[in-house]
Amino acid sequence: MVEQFPILIELCPLFGAILIAILGFRMPKLCYPITVLAMALSCAAAIGTFMMMLASPSGTVIYDLSGWGRVNDTAISIEYRVDALSALMLVLISSVAFLNVIYSKVRVAQETPSKIPHFYILYLLLVAGLEGITITNDAFNLYVLVEISSLTGYALIAIGSKRAVISSFNYVIMGTIGASFFLLGVGYLYIKTGTLNMSDIRSIMEAIPDDSKAIKVGFMLIMIGVWVKMAFFPLHGWLPNAYAYAPTATGALMAPLVTKVMIYIMIRMMLSVFGPEYVYETLGWTDVVVTLSTIAIVAGSFFALSRSDLRKMLTYIIVAEVGYMVGGAWLANSQGMTGAIYHLLSDALMTFCLFMVVGIVVSRTGDPKLTAFQGLYRKMPITMVGFTIAALSMIGLPPTCGFFSKWYLLRGGIEAGQYHYVGALLFSSLVNAVLFFRLIEMAYYHGAHAHGEPIRDEDHEQYRMHGADPDSQPKETLANAPWSMLGPMLVVAIGLIALGVFNSTVTEWIGQVVANLNVLEGAN
Amino acid sequence: MEFIVNNFNYWIYVILMMIGLFAMIAKNNLIKKLVGMTIFQTAIILFYVSIGVKGEGATIPILSYEQVHGTHHVEEADHAGEDDSHHAQADLPEIDARTITNPIPHVLMLTAIVVGVATLGVALAISQRIFHFYGSLDEDVILAKIQKGDG
Amino acid sequence: MEIVTSIIPLLACLASLLAVIPIVVFRKSPNLREAATVVAGVAKLSLVLTMLPGILSGKVYEFTFIEIIEGIPLQFRVDGLGMLFALVASSLWILTSFYAVGYMRGLKEHAQTRFYSFFAISLSATLGVAFSANLFTLYVFYEMLSLATFPLVTHNQDKEARSGGRTYLSYLLGTSVGFVLPAMIFCYVKSGSSLSFTELHDWSGVLDPSAALLLLLLFVFGFAKAGIMPFHSWLPNAMVAPTPVSALLHAVAVVKVGVFSVIRVFTGVLGTDFLSTVDVATVVSWAAGATVIISSLIAMTQDNLKRLLAFSTVGQLSYITLGVSLLATQAVQGSMLHIPMHAFGKITLFFCAGAIYVATGKKYISQMRGLGRAMPWTFGAFAIAAMSVIGLPLTGGLLSKMYMIWGAANAQQHALLAVYLVSSVLNGVYFFPIVYRAFLGKPADGEMHDRVKEAPLACVIPLVITATVSVLLFFFPGVFFELTTLMISSKS
Repeated sequence: MVEQFPILIELCPLFGAILIAILGFRMPKLCYPITVLAMALSCAAAIGTFMMMLASPSGTVIYDLSGWGRVNDTAISIEYRVDALSALMLVLISSVAFLNVIYSKVRVAQETPSKIPHFYILYLLLVAGLEGITITNDAFNLYVLVEISSLTGYALIAIGSKRAVISSFNYVIMGTIGASFFLLGVGYLYIKTGTLNMSDIRSIMEAIPDDSKAIKVGFMLIMIGVWVKMAFFPLHGWLPNAYAYAPTATGALMAPLVTKVMIYIMIRMMLSVFGPEYVYETLGWTDVVVTLSTIAIVAGSFFALSRSDLRKMLTYIIVAEVGYMVGGAWLANSQGMTGAIYHLLSDALMTFCLFMVVGIVVSRTGDPKLTAFQGLYRKMPITMVGFTIAALSMIGLPPTCGFFSKWYLLRGGIEAGQYHYVGALLFSSLVNAVLFFRLIEMAYYHGAHAHGEPIRDEDHEQYRMHGADPDSQPKETLANAPWSMLGPMLVVAIGLIALGVFNSTVTEWIGQVVANLNVLEGAN
Repeated sequence: MEFIVNNFNYWIYVILMMIGLFAMIAKNNLIKKLVGMTIFQTAIILFYVSIGVKGEGATIPILSYEQVHGTHHVEEADHAGEDDSHHAQADLPEIDARTITNPIPHVLMLTAIVVGVATLGVALAISQRIFHFYGSLDEDVILAKIQKGDG
Repeated sequence: MEIVTSIIPLLACLASLLAVIPIVVFRKSPNLREAATVVAGVAKLSLVLTMLPGILSGKVYEFTFIEIIEGIPLQFRVDGLGMLFALVASSLWILTSFYAVGYMRGLKEHAQTRFYSFFAISLSATLGVAFSANLFTLYVFYEMLSLATFPLVTHNQDKEARSGGRTYLSYLLGTSVGFVLPAMIFCYVKSGSSLSFTELHDWSGVLDPSAALLLLLLFVFGFAKAGIMPFHSWLPNAMVAPTPVSALLHAVAVVKVGVFSVIRVFTGVLGTDFLSTVDVATVVSWAAGATVIISSLIAMTQDNLKRLLAFSTVGQLSYITLGVSLLATQAVQGSMLHIPMHAFGKITLFFCAGAIYVATGKKYISQMRGLGRAMPWTFGAFAIAAMSVIGLPLTGGLLSKMYMIWGAANAQQHALLAVYLVSSVLNGVYFFPIVYRAFLGKPADGEMHDRVKEAPLACVIPLVITATVSVLLFFFPGVFFELTTLMISSKS
């Protein structure tokens, strides 16, 4: 049983999806519990796999699908391989998906009452796809799983409003271009190496001369493919609308995870398939890519500043954060790579928390604009606790995880001497500070004061007359959000702080991968 | 010239891909975009299929009876008593790999075709919904409607 | 130097943080709520005092939470300077608590529970800064202080508070994230993974003078709480806060955290020895000197009493930065001494401004003619405190200023010496008319002060006490003096 954990991570959501397909249409009430159960099991299996990874002396868990065995120590079948990086990602994906299912209950019933089974089937398949991407060690299998997660993602977005359908179509076009480029790149690697197993590609490629054009083209195609998929500026066009108009629960699942998983693919390709020597030394692209990511950060921040729609704003922040991680991964030192991977985790949680908060706020106030936040500290205090923590983390204030990811990234940037990247990071932090304090301020002022009127006179008159603090009784109360929405959000908010406080443990795990994979120190 | 002729399969796929990419980006009609997408994906499939080909005389990857059983008895006699896995390995008949085309790219493409069909299906379903909402499949018309606040 | 591992620094820091719980629990019964504040204040001060004898005998108290980033523990270490600052902040918190009770009740302010809660959190952050053992810990508490004071600054929640609050946060957060954070990481990278104040890094050979200058400027301007121009304007804008906040936070805690951090940068991070070899600190000296003069000149034009005090504070803070940037032993000691001396004087002045506002509702100096005869205690205290801030004899302010001037003379910086002297004169120019008119001036037309009485006792008693302390510090500067001497001797 225990050794089957790696495959169970993926099987649980798959079978959950089949079960809903069989039962869900007749009994829509069963969909939710089945999904929760499937995700809980998947999450447990992911944690189990994580433990296996920690216990294993080599730091990797290898699982051959359907037990085809090995010839000359090479896998015949598709191989699953879990190292510290993929284990962390697995735990992240499954727990985010699990919490989001709980969160989705009310919103799915409100937004898409007629499509509950559809939603949950697609949801489970999407999660299975994402988990598969992180666990597989087979390049073609990776492509198929990318497409599984994308196809379900297109459909999940299209379930939403009128605008969502259009955005979903654009996403299909861009997503297919990205995935096809990736597939082409894999084809070139296959021509040169004759295998699809990623570790084997690496070992065979070491024997090939460095200046092989086919490999260079393959690498370029793969990078362009994942950059499109992760919305790396200026290839980001599909993202903002797709996530902003998607149904709440879809946005909260896809916004934190999909781009991050694509970044995971990039890092995996750089570290495990091509190898840092090749990527950083032979190619010599570091400066160019870091500059591109600098532009991405600055541009994303500017776009975010100019949006008045809450979720649009968040989506442009995602675009900027993608720049953080791409830049970090390409700094060509272990600090930057550690920062990129740590930020992968922390940014996923921050984005998740913010999308959940925005979902709650929008559903309670019915206002998708920034103004929805007026006076919320009084009206929705619990939600705002989560919001404040996530906002502080986005700005990068200690002790939240956002601070530490910035710390590692900045450190990597300084060590690599890429000061424009350092500057862009700081600029983006300041923009985030402006963005989120605008919201915090709006939430802090309330009632009459929200419009800048002084509180003194009439309110204090009341205070004298009734002996009551005028602020202790909000003039209007918003019925607070259900606990199925608040609970997961608070868990994530606590997670943000926990991830920050225990950052050295996490980076130690990340360090295993980065050290194992032999990132060159100070190669530039 | 020789370079082009010798690698004509690559040139064809690149040209097809560019046609597809052009249609996906430049066409206004959503269905035409999807046609472009299909051409794009087919180009990649052709590319994969063509890389499985090996020179002249290579044939399909199916082993004849003799190829499998002709050597079978000899091998068994030689290696009686060995453990299973080694046994199976030793069982493999001696075959010249150059005489057989590489089946793996072809098999991969079966999956890729399925993926392509699924993508097309999803995309068509989405365009159907778009038509349902906006009464048009022309991108400009739809954008104009969105801008008018009909979105 | 004996190092004692002890949990007391943590407890002292937590005392006010934990007080938030009873404050919130007793939000319906103001008496209990405010009692909780006072009890926490007393507990905090006594915890700080228990460490005092040990510190004076040369011990250093240490407490480590966890190693948060490789090579950087989240750590407290109480030394002379930290003790000095903690002593000032925690003793004044008690007085301010009493004062706040009088002030807030006198004006029937709203959201008092929030006020007391965030006040307590701010105090925890202040002590956290005081006890920090390394730059990272200091930074964490520095940011915590910025955030915790935001609801206090914007307490009124009106238009003015909103714009004041915006300026406040954008200056403080902008500089700390934009300047201090990269400078800190740069130090971390260059020093080989350490930011501790005691492991003085040997920067010679690592940093060339231009890098050292850049780093120094990033730190000095980054810690914008120290109010060096042009990053000073958050302070006058923060005067929209209720007076107890201005008094404790913007005369003592927040601004002193700024200069405290600057002193730490000079003495603990870059090191005065290194700085004197590369000779870059003069740039800071001139920036601080200019701030001293300009802010004094601006203060002379102010009619709003609290804004005047704010500009006066900006100038006084730059005294401290100027003193430490001279790098001469006496000047550094004078700077450290100026923290308590100025704190007691300036808090008295703010208390007075608040008391006047509670009693009469007047904010402007031009309205205060003749008011001194109606409120003799308040204006008497005001006069004494003003003397201390100017640095006249018989008040504590004289001592610190003398040391700084002595240091400037030793450092052969005659122009900067003149800055001290000229600004003292300017201080006198803007303070004395207030006192003079209050006691001897005639009320403006139609204004009668007959019915004006002193503010509530809870307001007046604290300000009388702090004024008295300002005088006593002249005669008995002992403890503070010894604490600063400890710092100087341990460095050289």
